[in-house]
Amino acid sequence: MSDYHEMWASLGLDLKTHDAVLEIVGKGYQDVFLSQKNRPEGMKYFDFVMSEVHGLRIKEIMDAKAEGRKVIGTFCVFVPEELVLAVNGVCVGLCAGAELGFEEAEKYLPRNTCSLIKSAFGFKLAKVCPYIESSDLIVGENTCDGKKKAYESYKDIVGNLYVMDLPQMKSEAGKALLKAEYVKFAQKLEEISGKKITVESLKKGIEIVNNKRAAMSRLAKLRFADPTPISGLDALLANQVYFYDNPERFTASVNAICDELEKRIQDNIGVAPKGSPRILISGCPMAVPNWKIPFIIENSNAIIVGEEMCTGERGTRNLVKDQASSVEELINNIVDRYFEIDCAIFTPNQNRLEHIKQMVKEYKADGVLHYGLQFCQPYQMESKVVEKELEKAGIPVLLIETDYSQEDAGQIKTRVEAFIERIS
Amino acid sequence: MKSLGIDIGSRTIKVAVINNGNVTISRKSENSFNTLEVCKKLLEGLDYDAITSTGYGRHLFAEHYKCNTISEIKAFAVGAAHILPSCRTVLDIGGQDTKAIALDGKGNFTKFEMNDKCAAGTGRFLEIMAMTLRYTLEEFGNEALKSNTATNISSMCTVFAESEVVSMLAKGNDRQSVAKGIHQSVVNRTISLLNRVGINNDILFAGGVAYNKCIVNILEEQLNKKVFINDDPQIIGALGAAIYGTY
Ligand code: SF4
Ligand code: SF4
Repeated sequence: MSDYHEMWASLGLDLKTHDAVLEIVGKGYQDVFLSQKNRPEGMKYFDFVMSEVHGLRIKEIMDAKAEGRKVIGTFCVFVPEELVLAVNGVCVGLCAGAELGFEEAEKYLPRNTCSLIKSAFGFKLAKVCPYIESSDLIVGENTCDGKKKAYESYKDIVGNLYVMDLPQMKSEAGKALLKAEYVKFAQKLEEISGKKITVESLKKGIEIVNNKRAAMSRLAKLRFADPTPISGLDALLANQVYFYDNPERFTASVNAICDELEKRIQDNIGVAPKGSPRILISGCPMAVPNWKIPFIIENSNAIIVGEEMCTGERGTRNLVKDQASSVEELINNIVDRYFEIDCAIFTPNQNRLEHIKQMVKEYKADGVLHYGLQFCQPYQMESKVVEKELEKAGIPVLLIETDYSQEDAGQIKTRVEAFIERIS
Repeated sequence: MKSLGIDIGSRTIKVAVINNGNVTISRKSENSFNTLEVCKKLLEGLDYDAITSTGYGRHLFAEHYKCNTISEIKAFAVGAAHILPSCRTVLDIGGQDTKAIALDGKGNFTKFEMNDKCAAGTGRFLEIMAMTLRYTLEEFGNEALKSNTATNISSMCTVFAESEVVSMLAKGNDRQSVAKGIHQSVVNRTISLLNRVGINNDILFAGGVAYNKCIVNILEEQLNKKVFINDDPQIIGALGAAIYGTY
């Protein structure tokens, strides 16, 4: 591994804290991922990406910046990467998954704020995230009240925040709002990049992102098999790296893994014995290095077969139609695709329930673990409905409410094991 | 076949041996910083063909003794169904956690809930409150039972409740009445947990807190139902593990 300290210093990172973070993440990765048995060969690519997540990838991003390309940081799957690519920009996810800088963050946020928001502040305030520091524009979006209000103070600490409004209802008016916001965002991108979005450049962007999503769907479908050819942890990792990596290289790597998995399925090779209890996770997104729940599940003799999360199928399902002859039509197609995302900030959100049921069926899941971050109102409120409806349909549900700390790991393990006993 | 079950809780470790469905031996001991040492002592001189561990220390134990483990939930479900076949709801209040389990009458559990990560409403909470009121644990329940009134305690967080209790005493509130109020608040918390799994007859109350008469009294009063407590409410988990070992 090369020495990136100079690059990190130039980005204004706090080198001491950052070194400590890298060490913890590296150690966590070792314990959680490298200790798994029967991993597909293709996961080596992801091991490499993770070992260079603050290194080589940042260097690539810095090189891109040197060529005049703009880096756009995002916190939500509602921000269309297609538009960013259409101005030859680089899109990176900034969601953070570790309890870091929370004390500092609590100078801006009430204690009862979800861990995801707190760590977005914590990572910035502790100066440990090269993605935040290299972003030319950070896009905040008005989803839950927590994020919406938090961006008001985030703006003061990052300085380059752009807020995108989002609808809360799947109505005609809601769709019109989404379109207006995407048009505005496209203009903003044109303005900062000095590039015009053309039919050609947008089609290219759509193609790249469609390919990336299609590869993820392909990977997802291979997990229908029993024995399952890939662990839930590894699949989650792919879903997380999705937000950082060079999209074309990422797509090729995922497809290579899929080829390998197809072979495995033919040969009846899996990561866990055939007939192992199969769990679908549903709920809040899990950002790197938030692997707590999947690690507990897969170390309790069960296997995760799918993720109904934004770091999972909710974030990657559906492609954008690319038949159109004008930029406006293409943007309409983008709006059509994104408007289907069934995030809990929408009301009502019946489609999410239908999707969970459909996924349980397709992935042949024996039960659903609903993962809600403490203080996340949208998902916590919805979890009760999800539980009621699924249990009514004969699908066992376990509700887990947790945060980024490790204190409750023992208790969660007991609950997860009991749940597995229930569904086996 | 002689099957041994060991339930390694945060405060107490319990052991039960069954032979042909009957409990032949039961033992318990306070847990210490050296869990395995306590386990070893407890197992001394015991004769068994199979061993199953449960409780929060189950994996640590299983690593050393190379045995099967089951979760506490399963262990309590199996143990409760053995003690009281008509049981449909199990309540267990132990040192660090409280569980409510719904049973289907065929030896399976259908739903369970546990308290979240704070100690409020658990045995530990009662212990701390007893200390704050300068009672022994035994006195605490008995004295509370004597009071006709219950001072309302609003905080459920152990830390806040402690300072609330201190300031109540400073304001001249009756000690017994404060004690009763604390018991009342634990029962309220317990009932909301029970409600999440559904409260169906018969109810078995397990765990060390089942020895506390005041809790039992208030619980029965509020539920307007009788709760069953066996001779040794702390043994249900170990018993369940032992029975599971015979499957
Ligand atoms: S859960 Fe909702 S707010 Fe969060 S990333 Fe997904 S769509 Fe955006
Ligand atoms: S986890 Fe919930 S509260 Fe936190 S940012 Fe996402 S939607 Fe908002």
